[in-house]
Amino acid sequence: MSFDPVSLLQGQYGQLIFHGLSLTIELAFCAWLLAMVLAMFLAIIRLTDRPLLRRLVIAYVAYHRNVPTLVQLMVWYFGIPALVPEQTQIWMARYNSEFLLAMIALGMCQAAYFSEDIRAGLRALGPGQSEAARSLGLTYLGSMRHVILPQALRHAAPALVSNSILLFKNTSLAMAIGLAEITYAIREVESDSFRTFECYLIATALYLSCSLLLMAGSSWISRRYRIIGAGRI
Amino acid sequence: MTELFSILHDYWKLLLIGSYPRGPLGGLAMTLLLSALSLMLTFPLSVLLALARTSGRVSLVRLSAAWVAVIRGIPLVMLIFWVYFLVPLLIGRNISGFATMLCTLIIYESAYICEIIRAGIQALPQGQHEAGRALGLNYIQCHLRVILPQALFNTLPSMLNQFVSIIKETSLGYVINVQELTFAASQVNGQVLTFPFQIFFILAAGYFLVCYAFTRLAHLLERSIQRKRLGQGHEGPPVPLAASPADVPQV
Repeated sequence: MSFDPVSLLQGQYGQLIFHGLSLTIELAFCAWLLAMVLAMFLAIIRLTDRPLLRRLVIAYVAYHRNVPTLVQLMVWYFGIPALVPEQTQIWMARYNSEFLLAMIALGMCQAAYFSEDIRAGLRALGPGQSEAARSLGLTYLGSMRHVILPQALRHAAPALVSNSILLFKNTSLAMAIGLAEITYAIREVESDSFRTFECYLIATALYLSCSLLLMAGSSWISRRYRIIGAGRI
Repeated sequence: MTELFSILHDYWKLLLIGSYPRGPLGGLAMTLLLSALSLMLTFPLSVLLALARTSGRVSLVRLSAAWVAVIRGIPLVMLIFWVYFLVPLLIGRNISGFATMLCTLIIYESAYICEIIRAGIQALPQGQHEAGRALGLNYIQCHLRVILPQALFNTLPSMLNQFVSIIKETSLGYVINVQELTFAASQVNGQVLTFPFQIFFILAAGYFLVCYAFTRLAHLLERSIQRKRLGQGHEGPPVPLAASPADVPQV
């Protein structure tokens, strides 16, 4: 057998791999969106002066940072469905519950990391910004949206990017619950074609190029949206 | 709730040490053993990589940077499959799941720990190196006696945080049937069948207890080292610690 990775990208195998790739990208994107929205709320709650809410957020972050992502996935995929009524279980099994549960698990896990990054970004600002915004007549949410978050997100950008790349890499864990993303697809192709080396090479190249693309894209965005005159982004 | 305790009562031994006295070691003990071994074995490799990265020789710097970039760009699962496939081909005989996981973790962690040590070395003032050289120490002596002892001490909290990451990463041994904690829990799940939530809750709680204890310890250590450096009374601002716990990767 000769070394020919390109032939694996055609026909039936190629279809499996490209389907896996699109599923990986979809999963990463959906989980990222969920994580980002959740993380904003978590970071804002963390900075309010309600002790109970703050403790809850601290516990949320501690849980998600100290338990392996794989275990979190397993809790969602094997554990949670056993708690819901049987009707819902059947309904979930019919509608591709792997994707939904993997998205929730990865998104919630990453939200903990993102919220810490955003919090660090918020703390870098200093109280003057929010005081000035409030005295200009903006509401709390208004000052957040127009003054605080745009700056804080720029501060948090480098950490957010490296955690986004981690999220992208973590989508590979979804193979453990049987979601047919790249890693799972490549295992299928490998066990069918016995061309292990080429298979792993393709998967590695796909992951690497996506990660590098993310890094390059983020550095372009941070240049494009930097605040003119600000020392650092 | 009662099922939770009955499962704990029936299977605590399997979850803690596997079937150890009569069979192979497993469970939490295996997880900790695997993590500790991989941290210890990764350490020398990472120091070498970090020295190459800070050496200033273009070829060495590029080589080390490329190693780090490639390892950080691929998921750990993919690396496990590579080791699982390549190492038996290279050494000519099959290796156990434990050895596979150990190899993988050494390779994977070398990239991350190298970055921690590099940050520790670069956080030291340039004067340390210059003073060492001025005292007549050569490059190696200067690193062994002046730079590394300080840099490595400062990176202790980050190292402990990285140990937590390694503990979390060993859970992936489940994919290639290494008998660690996650594998033990899924074994229990296979025997009990009816209470998956309780079992995976126990699993998550187990990891949480162990990792949280180490995270807190790292936090305390970081604070005490910071205090120590502040109290030393040398001139200028205190030297910042190498890497914050926030940039510890997770799996």
